[in-house]
Amino acid sequence: MLTLTSPVETALHRLPAGPKLLALCAVTVLLFRLDHPLPLAASLAALAAFHLTQGRAFAAHALRLIGPLWPFVLVVGLWHLWLQDMAAGTTILLRLITAVAAANLVTMTTRLSDMIAALETLASPLGRLGLNPRTLSLAVALVIRFFPVLTDRTSQLAEAFRARSPRRPGHRILVPAALAALDDADHVAEALRARGGTG
Amino acid sequence: MERNLAHIALFAALIAVLGFVPAVTLPFGVPISAQSLGIMLCGTVLGAKRGALAVLLFLALVAIGLPLLSGGRGGLGVFVGPSAGFLIGFPVTAFVAGLIVERWKAPLAIAAFAGSVIGGILVLYAFGIPGMALTLGKTLPEATLLALPFLPGDLIKCALAALVTRSIAQMRPGALLSRG
Repeated sequence: MLTLTSPVETALHRLPAGPKLLALCAVTVLLFRLDHPLPLAASLAALAAFHLTQGRAFAAHALRLIGPLWPFVLVVGLWHLWLQDMAAGTTILLRLITAVAAANLVTMTTRLSDMIAALETLASPLGRLGLNPRTLSLAVALVIRFFPVLTDRTSQLAEAFRARSPRRPGHRILVPAALAALDDADHVAEALRARGGTG
Repeated sequence: MERNLAHIALFAALIAVLGFVPAVTLPFGVPISAQSLGIMLCGTVLGAKRGALAVLLFLALVAIGLPLLSGGRGGLGVFVGPSAGFLIGFPVTAFVAGLIVERWKAPLAIAAFAGSVIGGILVLYAFGIPGMALTLGKTLPEATLLALPFLPGDLIKCALAALVTRSIAQMRPGALLSRG
């Protein structure tokens, strides 16, 4: 399964996840306090410059990650054109793109294993409520393992449907897909119990 | 314990799979993805607590950098983007939908439809609209206007969630943990 971590090694890859996440929180709070296009434009320019120093592949990866924002950029841009208030529109869009790009930068430069470790640290207070940190790792591993299994099952169901009907399967795929998840869950539960349970 | 864990993990995986089912486009060009239907099903099939935990687990995987949101989105950026409010509302949606199916002893399809509408539309928009207002610098009524195109698709999803929940109950009578 593809993660969003960038294969291009940067200096940020070598920093531990905890400080990066804390810095990201601070930057995000700050960005939402800035209410003028100039400091926001400067922040975005600094962020873009960092991406470009890491090479073209890294910058392209970052652009792909902020790609899904374009409909919002379009709507807000047109809205403020119509209001004839481009200063406010520019502020909003710069803030949005900078905040998302900063968060994506942490995602791109932190390995999945480090993120899982950080997640366990964050979830450790839940231990008092009875959540064993090992259970959380096991749950994460189970989802990563069974996502491709369920994906394959669903596409097989869709192919079987197409083989029998000229129509597209559409919503008819939902019930068998959900049943597949339920049945797999029963098998996984048995397998876990057979191996001594979740401890 | 093992059974709960397995159901929570497999339904978190199901939410992810439904995000990759090709989105249907309504007239007006509004894409509707099956992902939020997966969120509703977590509640109506697994019940309030397990459903909410399955959604939280799914969101944790998105946050640590797996591109599992519909359209292959993921990472920390989505939690500060325009749809952040909807993401925060997802576990609450599953919880409310599950609670209604558990507590209201109406025929299953009716309870599941009511739960999906209240959890998947009323509650979810109550989180999603302020999130859009905040990230896009709009007032609440303006943000509501931006969310309205998705309402028809969401109503269709509620009806589908009700039908799917009933079909599951008919085919695997013991599997419906929300009414078990």
